[in-house]
Amino acid sequence: MTVLEPPATRLARLGWALADSLTIAGRTYSRLRAQPGELAGFLVFPIIMTVLFGYVFGSAITLPGGGDYRSYLMPGIFMQVAALTAVAAATAVSEDMALGLIDRFRAQPIARSAVLVGRSVADLSIHLLSVAMMALCGVVIAGWRPHGSPLETLAGFGLLALFAYAMIWIGTYIGLFVKNGAQADAATFGWLFPLTFLANAFVPLEGLPSWLRPIADWNPMSAVVSAARRLFGNPGSAAASWPLQHPVTSTLCWSVLILAVFVPLAVRRYRTATSR
Amino acid sequence: MIYAEGLRRRYGAVDALKGVDLDVPQGTVCGLLGPNGAGKTTVVRILTTLLRPDGGTARVAGCDVVADADRLRYRIGLAGQHAAVDELLTGRRNLVMFGRLYHLPRRTARRRAGELLERFGLAEAADRPVKTYSGGMRRRLDLAASLIVAPPVLFLDEPTTGLDPRSRLALWDLLRELVSEGTTVLLTTQYLDEADHLADQIVVVDSGRVAASGSPSALKGKVGGGRVSIAFREAGDLSAGIEVVRGVLPGEPEIDRGERRLAVPVEDGAASLIKVATALDEVFLRLTEVTAA
Ligand SMILES: Nc1ncnc2c1ncn2[C@@H]1O[C@H](COP(=O)(O)OP(=O)(O)OP(=O)(O)O)[C@@H](O)[C@H]1O
Ligand SMILES: [Mg+2]
Repeated sequence: MTVLEPPATRLARLGWALADSLTIAGRTYSRLRAQPGELAGFLVFPIIMTVLFGYVFGSAITLPGGGDYRSYLMPGIFMQVAALTAVAAATAVSEDMALGLIDRFRAQPIARSAVLVGRSVADLSIHLLSVAMMALCGVVIAGWRPHGSPLETLAGFGLLALFAYAMIWIGTYIGLFVKNGAQADAATFGWLFPLTFLANAFVPLEGLPSWLRPIADWNPMSAVVSAARRLFGNPGSAAASWPLQHPVTSTLCWSVLILAVFVPLAVRRYRTATSR
Repeated sequence: MIYAEGLRRRYGAVDALKGVDLDVPQGTVCGLLGPNGAGKTTVVRILTTLLRPDGGTARVAGCDVVADADRLRYRIGLAGQHAAVDELLTGRRNLVMFGRLYHLPRRTARRRAGELLERFGLAEAADRPVKTYSGGMRRRLDLAASLIVAPPVLFLDEPTTGLDPRSRLALWDLLRELVSEGTTVLLTTQYLDEADHLADQIVVVDSGRVAASGSPSALKGKVGGGRVSIAFREAGDLSAGIEVVRGVLPGEPEIDRGERRLAVPVEDGAASLIKVATALDEVFLRLTEVTAA
């Protein structure tokens, strides 16, 4: 068999990286097809959250400024599910590391960024599927509606997706350090899940004790929720801090900042990572 | 085809390689033999671009392992010490994916996958997820994955660990066939008989150093004529060394105090060599060389 050569031109290299990313993304889809239970989990978790919070807590919580709690809640759940994409990403990457698959990939002539980029894009697309499910279920079960223009609605989902993509890269980076899936879970879910509650996702911030308030005000997750509420025209509460007064700008800044930091870090780590 | 000079590598405080030299001509098999922790996997990882050496240089198939890594990766196949395949995908899907990642056209990748599954006795299990495979089947799939592009240079880290005797013999046959077609193979093993059967050249690694190298027959020692000889850096070490050698080898050492060297007649040079090197290493004696002839 003839030996292939790496592409010589920049354009050919780009095509190469793209093809590799697609192959890796294809792998994620094949894996998902092999375990339908996992996919069901992705789709059912948001529904459970909607019902749980919407009806169990919703019956006890009244918004200070009035407004329907379930409509208030939906952007919060969208954000929470977006933030938790980091958990699945970290788990999957750490398992590939532990199995030595990353070693095999690295010994093959694959574009340096392709394995992580391919994975992250596939993860994002699966996340979008679960967002669609959630939105549908919000409309049907919780009576949630986006009230803004179609463009604003689209911008709202776009912003949430951008944030999710940034979180996937945080998870990817963590996944390259930990030893196995259980550690990956602990190193992501362990701080992310509490942090989603230290935000305006489920309750208005007015009731928080004064020492917790600044954390919640400046928590990027609060900005994401506020931005989504604003773009969807859902009820929100008064904004006391700069990020919550300018939630769209803050969300954009946070997401871009996270990507600018974690994409290069993760790719660099990948280039030298070996199992064990 | 594989050439390394003075390879060094540390992991934090562990000095895993302290200067390893290799020279493997095309179409031959080099067996890296050594006890646990000797540094075999580290050598393989450096030569397959997974680790950068801290010192020394290495070229594989004419490509520098650091500067020319991308070209190099098209020319090598690697089967690591533990099977690295996707558990959830089928055997066939795994091989097609690895083929695609070598940028083989889809159809070629499928054809190669089919051929290799057949060749490794996995045709029946080809369309089952790998998680239903036994350990040996997984290992065979991993070996198949390393051959997907029929690479000119093949690295196998303990390829027969976990294989039953039949699969082991089948792998040996396959390797001989590949080598007769010009493939160069570097394999690591803990089994002397494996190195003996396959290798044109055996390199004994111990504590990150090449303790001995040569053809199997030279290392094994001709009956009656085999000798292991050891040279020490310090006179004090020689006396301690004599005690150690008496403890592990049956023969009576001949001692040359002026040259700080001792030699022992042995029946099985390579096995004795490993025994001696390991025993001496445990007492931290500074050797300059250990050879068998
Ligand atoms: N990632 C790592 N971090 C720290 N030390 C390491 C690492 N990898 C290997 N080592 C150490 O380097 C030395 C050489 O390890 P290596 O894996 O190359 O040995 P080996 O000859 O392949 O052993 P085995 O026969 O057990 O596979 C050992 O002392 C090992 O403990
Ligand atoms: Mg090893």
